[in-house]
Amino acid sequence: MMKIIAGALVALTMTAGSALAQSYPDRPIGVAVSYGAGGATDFQARIVTMVAGNEDMLGQPMYILNKPGSGGRVGWNWFATEVDADGYTLSAYNVPHFIAQSIKGGVKYDVNSFEPIANWGSDPAVVVVPNDSPFNTIQDMVEYATNNPGKVTLSGAGLFVGHHIAALQLEKETGAKFAYIPTKGGGAAAMKAAIAGDVMGGINNLSDAFRAREAGNIRILAVADLQRNEEFLPDVPTLMEAGYDVDDSSVNFRGLMVPAGTPQDVIDALSATVPEMFNHGRVVGKMAAGGSPMKVMSREDVQAMWAERQAFLQDLLAGL
Amino acid sequence: MALRPRLRGGLNAVFWELWSRMEFLTYMGAVFEPLSLALLVGGTIGGLILGATPGLSPTMAVALLIPFTFHLQPAQGLILLGAAYTSTVAGGAVSAILLKIPGAPANIATAIDGNAMARKGEGARALQLSFLASGVGGVFGVFVLIFLTPVLAKWVLAFSFPHLFWLAILGVTIIGSLDTKSFVKGLLSGCIGLWLSTIGTDDIYGVPRFVFHDSLTGGINIIAALIGLFAIPQVLDMMAKGRSSAVIEALEVPRHAILSAVRELISRARALILGTGIGTIIGIIPGVGGQVAGLVAYDQAQKFSPERDKFGSGHPEGIIAAESANNAMVGPSLVPLLTLGIPGSPTAAVLLGGLLIHGIFPGPDLFTTHAAVTWTFIDSMLIGQILMATFGILTAGIAAKISRVPMPIMAAAVLILALFGSYSVQQSMGDVYVMLGLGLGMYGLQKFGFSAAPLVLGLILGPIAADNFQTGSMIAAAQNGPWVYFFTGWLNILLIAMVLGSIAYSFWINMIVPRRKAQAQKAQAQKAGGQGHD
Repeated sequence: MMKIIAGALVALTMTAGSALAQSYPDRPIGVAVSYGAGGATDFQARIVTMVAGNEDMLGQPMYILNKPGSGGRVGWNWFATEVDADGYTLSAYNVPHFIAQSIKGGVKYDVNSFEPIANWGSDPAVVVVPNDSPFNTIQDMVEYATNNPGKVTLSGAGLFVGHHIAALQLEKETGAKFAYIPTKGGGAAAMKAAIAGDVMGGINNLSDAFRAREAGNIRILAVADLQRNEEFLPDVPTLMEAGYDVDDSSVNFRGLMVPAGTPQDVIDALSATVPEMFNHGRVVGKMAAGGSPMKVMSREDVQAMWAERQAFLQDLLAGL
Repeated sequence: MALRPRLRGGLNAVFWELWSRMEFLTYMGAVFEPLSLALLVGGTIGGLILGATPGLSPTMAVALLIPFTFHLQPAQGLILLGAAYTSTVAGGAVSAILLKIPGAPANIATAIDGNAMARKGEGARALQLSFLASGVGGVFGVFVLIFLTPVLAKWVLAFSFPHLFWLAILGVTIIGSLDTKSFVKGLLSGCIGLWLSTIGTDDIYGVPRFVFHDSLTGGINIIAALIGLFAIPQVLDMMAKGRSSAVIEALEVPRHAILSAVRELISRARALILGTGIGTIIGIIPGVGGQVAGLVAYDQAQKFSPERDKFGSGHPEGIIAAESANNAMVGPSLVPLLTLGIPGSPTAAVLLGGLLIHGIFPGPDLFTTHAAVTWTFIDSMLIGQILMATFGILTAGIAAKISRVPMPIMAAAVLILALFGSYSVQQSMGDVYVMLGLGLGMYGLQKFGFSAAPLVLGLILGPIAADNFQTGSMIAAAQNGPWVYFFTGWLNILLIAMVLGSIAYSFWINMIVPRRKAQAQKAQAQKAGGQGHD
């Protein structure tokens, strides 16, 4: 009996020793998602992390921790204050959401609380209308809103998320006044309101709007991005093409980050492997099948994008 | 005479429409392929166990299974998810009946009479009735999904913000009479629940309300609250009794023949029909879902029952109505998802993920291009309901033996389950503190005759009413104002009429009837007294 225990102890110390010698990671990695199970962020996070356990990737699986509430504030507050900065708990980020929230205040994080690892997706905001809407172009809608200030109701997933930012940008550019209606229950509830005609139009995710249009439920008037989306919506003009100077600041970027204070070698290890993981054939295939636009960006690119969004949003939200 | 050909034409069209839906039979064979059947059986049994674990809601169970479906064919992945969804909803009744801890909000109403029956030593009977009712309700719900999906898609879109607001208010009107002897105390519990529901950062304006500690930023998690409100007072009760009673209280679990449970279910058809009907209707409405279906059905079954006084003390009709309703809701709750691609409930949202991952977009072509997958999925839910009821009934006798566990051990076990369950909802100690705090508070309230069910109903309905009112008010402000928006249109007027009817009924049954009874008794006593003098 003693022999077995002694043997087990020896084996244990040996594995522990080799694990210490081996570099990060030596156990499964949690990925916090600040939205509920089944939402777009949760769904995509589950896909992009599915090959983490492969030997040529991190060699350890990633599992999802859902921390939903208050448009993401609950999860990011938790991530900024409670999590050990050891690289074993990552979080998904949504830009511009968390940056806009930190500018509006009342949360325990800002753009410096987190270190980006890599970006996996970009979901532009699009303007949708019910099938029987009198608006055939984005110009129709803006013209009506200019003549009837505050009468055009536009549903979106919440305050200070990409959808709201796009509406604010369009208002600022055109001088028209919309009635932005934030719905609880995220993009799905906002889309339902648009399909049913509870609102005159809506701003929603490109991926969800694409599926709703495929199903014949809505029409899409414009996309708030720099270029048309050639893969999913080649026929839909950008707001720029329609003559409004609205850029891609409302695009919903999704990626992974760690808390500030994480050791540099862990950040380096992650930012070297994670983009490869996002570009894995199986991940790309599943994301395309689900109609989720991908945009893999390196840590450096994300850092630049965050800084740019921070400056832009501070300016846009200053007067609100 | 001119009507007749038109009528015949209409009937013909309806007949052919329904006949075309018989297509579901074509794909029945696919469900019985070895791997599919194995997944179905595995998903059902696993779902029953997950559902019976407090803290693991159907949504969580389905989300946990999503990664497994990556490696399966689309139809098979959906079979697994569908079976798990079906059986977790029913499995929640096990802990509701035996431990008085509802596995999910859907099972709250089951806990009221189910646990009272279990305490009387009728745990096996309660479980059998619960699974039978679940099966009947569930099968009906899936048939509604099969035959009426195109019709119901329009119904889904008819419900907008003001209607959901009135629906929540209709729910509020039944709070006072739910599981309580005193109407006023029921209303007070409901108010406490409504207040608790306002805690946390408001989702629409992003304003914090009553947040005194970080763990309350996201509000009170409903599952953690459920566990605390139901389990903790019970643990404390058991501990208090354990000291005073030297003899360990071992409940007898008499075997209960399955056939007699079937017979009983048939003899209580009223509760079954009410539960199934209400569950089906509520299931279709996006954003309300199974949380309230069970409670509303329970309340209606009580109102229509001649034995309404016995509800709460272990009346089988209470279980039958609640469980048939929460499973009848499963099928119709997928109508918005399958027709419009809009998930009507959190669980449906997870199922949407399961569809998308295989490149299947919900919409009209679900029943054409992807007919094989869609119909196999729906068929598997049909078979799943039957399997679930069968497994549940067969194991009811064994599960009910749990009541024989000595009380101190039971108290410890329930406490562990409560801690584990509330932590596992979102891996947060904050939820555990909330659970313990609410539990202690509820223990105190129970000493004064308050009960947990109306409080939980307030907690659930509060956000539905508030959010739809807020969003509705914003739209109303942009249109013709709140009066037009909230008070016109046939659906608004119908719902307002139901609200007023429900209030009038509550007033009648709780205020007028007892007074009349008292008067009649007094008169009789006087008469008897008068006769005595002669």
